[in-house]
Amino acid sequence: MGGTSIQEVKFIELEKKIKRENWRRIWFRFKKSKLSILGLSMILVLLFTAIFADYVAPYPSHAGLYIAFKNAYKPPSFEHILGTDMYGRDVFSRIVFGFRYAFMMIGLVLSLVVPTGVILGLIAGYYRGTFIETIIVRLSDIFISLPPLVLALSIASILEPNIFNAMMAVSLMWWPWYVKLTYSMTVSLRNEPFILAAESQGASTLHILFKELLPIQLGTILTKVTLDAGWVILIGAAISFVGLGAQPPTPDLGTMVSEYSKYLPEYWWMSLGPAAGIVLIILAFNLLGDGIRDVFAGE
Amino acid sequence: MLLEISDLYVYYRSYWYTLKVLNGVWLRLDRGERVGIIGESGSGKTTLLKSILRILPQNGMIPKGEIRYDGKNILKLSSSELTKIRRREIGMIFQDPMAALNPVFKIRDQLYDILKYKMMIEGHNPSSRELYEEAVKIFSDVRLPDPDRVLESYPFQLSGGMRQRVMIAMALISAGKLLLADEPTTNLDVTIQDQILKLIHRLAAQRNLSTILVSHALGMVYQMTDRVYVLYAGDIMEEARTRDLFSKPKHPYTQLLVASTPRLSSVGVGEGIKGKLPDYHNPPAGCRFAPRCPYVMDKCINTKPRKIQVNREHIVSCYLYD
Repeated sequence: MGGTSIQEVKFIELEKKIKRENWRRIWFRFKKSKLSILGLSMILVLLFTAIFADYVAPYPSHAGLYIAFKNAYKPPSFEHILGTDMYGRDVFSRIVFGFRYAFMMIGLVLSLVVPTGVILGLIAGYYRGTFIETIIVRLSDIFISLPPLVLALSIASILEPNIFNAMMAVSLMWWPWYVKLTYSMTVSLRNEPFILAAESQGASTLHILFKELLPIQLGTILTKVTLDAGWVILIGAAISFVGLGAQPPTPDLGTMVSEYSKYLPEYWWMSLGPAAGIVLIILAFNLLGDGIRDVFAGE
Repeated sequence: MLLEISDLYVYYRSYWYTLKVLNGVWLRLDRGERVGIIGESGSGKTTLLKSILRILPQNGMIPKGEIRYDGKNILKLSSSELTKIRRREIGMIFQDPMAALNPVFKIRDQLYDILKYKMMIEGHNPSSRELYEEAVKIFSDVRLPDPDRVLESYPFQLSGGMRQRVMIAMALISAGKLLLADEPTTNLDVTIQDQILKLIHRLAAQRNLSTILVSHALGMVYQMTDRVYVLYAGDIMEEARTRDLFSKPKHPYTQLLVASTPRLSSVGVGEGIKGKLPDYHNPPAGCRFAPRCPYVMDKCINTKPRKIQVNREHIVSCYLYD
């Protein structure tokens, strides 16, 4: 042929077009629901504020140890949109930093829990009927049978109470749900003819696990991940609320609600802000989850 | 001799009992030969093919037997050797092309993977351009029009005949020596059935492939094969050259099977065979056909008949010829 012939150029363009069209199809399905667009944009905005918290927050120093008693207990005003707390810290600034912690919690827990659970679930389902399956499934049964919050609380109370340990505790009780989910789907798919067909073509075990079995389940898993993101915040807030999670002055949303709730109802703005923050982030992830489910439901 | 199966037993374990499906099956296949396996649904035909590629479901096990392929015992091969054979020597066409294609991937992704794996085992890492050209070539071999559209389709967007052609294309990629066709036309309508069978026939001849055709459509087996095995309830009842088997069937089961085929020249429908397949978890101790056999004798009930050579290349397993 020599050099790039016209045919070659056409071929390369075709490849590009195919990639573009895949994304367009995904976007088309996603945008059908206005609410999922809303969820996505909410998350993007929250993520932006979390990353650039230092610039978004009007008083970045108020996130940590900052005391100015002369400003304490100020109701919402132009200077302090959501008022100030008992130490004179700007509540809005603290919430902005709270989002950063919230995303860190979500990121940490899900990046531990999802890969572990999904891989173990795939393996257990693929090696059905062997001791590998028995070990994985029974182990996750044991973890599931313990009440989640109690387990997380007891672990957090044995270890030093801080946000990291609380998240470890949450992860420990969370992964079995992903095992259960992928395991049950894998078992039902395992003897489908197309899996046997792939085996008959000489596909490796890795190929079958990650390129045949996993992609089919991806929609369900992703939907669960987004919905779980909201739950991570909620559980994190619950642990922080009882004092075993993030410790003051960390601007964690749950910790803030628990700290400020003592000042209800006179200084309502203090706890209203962080509580609304929690609601906002959970709502955003739930809306996004619905959108993702719609994208995969069409397949 | 390309393939030689001897005394093969396959069991399926379930929670309460074990299903004893294949009961000492034998089969041999020369290079370039076309062999048919006939028998009613549930007689273990698919199980036999699956055990050749070792793709039985996890509860399947092979307690006894030998499958010699090209001098190697398939049942004792390491998984890397087995992978080599699966990728470039034996190809299998599955019964239901809809179920045998992964529903979430485009044909393109599935076909490219197979091509890529095969080429990689030959020590060559293909570019996407090469893959595309290979795909177009193989599609024209199986007479699939408009390869660009087919490649970009999901399995559900294709018609039954097209899906089966895609399946054949995929099987051909890995069928260097042997093609296994597991009822390739059951899910197609009659006009397409004929085309597909002729296609398989022609491609196998062009590439000098040995084929095993499993079917319960006796007419097709008659046209397409050199030798036939009759499988009933996991036992080979009879083995003969195709013409001999259909003109002079020896085993009572084969006789009844051939007689029950509707013919244009006869009035009404054939008699059929009374009764049904035995229970695999508690099969008859002797000949598995004994409970339905019109010529049943006492010894049939308790001991399994041996292979009896009644003619050159005509083997029957029945006490009537002992």
